[in-house]
Amino acid sequence: MNEQQLSITIKRLSHQVLENHINLENTVIIGIQPRGIFVSDQMVREISQLIAPAKVEYGKLDITFYRDDIRKELHVPNHTDIPFSIENKNVVLIDDVLYTGRTIRAALDALLAFGRPAKVELCILIDRRFSRQLPIQPDYVGKSIDSIISQKVKVFWKERDGKEEVVLM
Amino acid sequence: MQLSTKHLLGIRDLTRRDIEIILDTALQFKQVLQRPVKKVPSLRDVTIVNLFYENSTRTRISFELAEKRLSADTINFTAAGSSAAKGETLLDTVNNILSMKVDMVVMRHSASGAPHFLAKHIPAAIINAGDGINEHPTQGLLDAFSMREKTGRLEGLKVAIIGDIMHSRVAMSNIQLLKKVGAEVMVAGPPTLIPKYIQQAFDIRVEYNVRKALEWCDVANVLRIQLERQNQVLFSSLREYNLAYGISKRLLDSLSKEIVIMHPGPINRGVELDSDVADSKQSIILQQVENGVAVRMAVLYLLSGGRELN
Repeated sequence: MNEQQLSITIKRLSHQVLENHINLENTVIIGIQPRGIFVSDQMVREISQLIAPAKVEYGKLDITFYRDDIRKELHVPNHTDIPFSIENKNVVLIDDVLYTGRTIRAALDALLAFGRPAKVELCILIDRRFSRQLPIQPDYVGKSIDSIISQKVKVFWKERDGKEEVVLM
Repeated sequence: MQLSTKHLLGIRDLTRRDIEIILDTALQFKQVLQRPVKKVPSLRDVTIVNLFYENSTRTRISFELAEKRLSADTINFTAAGSSAAKGETLLDTVNNILSMKVDMVVMRHSASGAPHFLAKHIPAAIINAGDGINEHPTQGLLDAFSMREKTGRLEGLKVAIIGDIMHSRVAMSNIQLLKKVGAEVMVAGPPTLIPKYIQQAFDIRVEYNVRKALEWCDVANVLRIQLERQNQVLFSSLREYNLAYGISKRLLDSLSKEIVIMHPGPINRGVELDSDVADSKQSIILQQVENGVAVRMAVLYLLSGGRELN
């Protein structure tokens, strides 16, 4: 997936989210730290051009302390920044790659520490199908790919990696 | 990401990078403590025993709260009212507790080196919560965290540690930590309470005039006069100590700049700090206590990891 395809996909995802949540009425967007933020940043930029930017409520969620693999490996915690209440709101969670589903499990857990949302939806740039270890499915998918466990999916971002593309390794 | 040590016995064993990892992790935990749900499931399957052979209010409550916020299971042990009073040795007590499958030990003891002794004999991770006159590493870390939070930096920060340096484990941890992160350190107080070796041992400034120390520093960390550890007369009276070395509001207001006042507690009001100084806007004593929970969460979290279930 090259830079142009990536940008079209992110535009499409943004429109799909808006389609279901006109003007983001009662809806908030939350990106998952660290790499989901690159997707959510771009989607929020896109959405802000389509509706009044003041209507967009955007937060970032770090799930380090909620992971189920703490015994295996410690991760560096990132910043969590949710400057609004999610009580009774619709939450669109955004991440780059959906693989085993464990990150999203932890994210759901982390989210509940901030209140009880009315509904949580999941928006994913790359969905690695048939590799789930938990019953979690995305609501918005950028691209679905079939991959085997030994393969890696890497998303590169301009701000961080100098180039913008998705590679299956 | 991993600390270079398995236990937290003292600041002495930490590298600068360890200290930075702990302080940065604590920052994230401080944020967790401001959420509606102040609890994370990180240490869900970890059991921690709090072993307190010496009296404590802040440290014990702070550790206990930190453990509960991390969802760990905790057991509290205080020497008074236990079999230690019947003559059971430290090692026996701990081995008995460990045979009940405990993963971490938080320990305070009046003998310097007690946690180091334990670390040699038992497999659990040990966190020193103060040992005699040696070290009190989590206090050092939370002091540094509070200084960084208040002033925005540690490197180049001028910190004066004032009072009973000789009997203070807080001073030992503070000095070593601050030197490791590049702060400038001065100790001040009566000559009888400042060990002679300290200037050379740690490469720090020594000052016997409290006003000069306050004029020099950005942050003053004022220590408690530890009467319980002094078995000889080191100054004539508390009243006289207060007049010569205590910090009064008048002294504070007469300085050319506004400095930050810290104290690890418990305060002897009217001895090392006057009441109106302890309660003034420049004092961050209560923030220190608040930060203590976040810092201890970070230490527990970082020392709990890396162990596979078997």
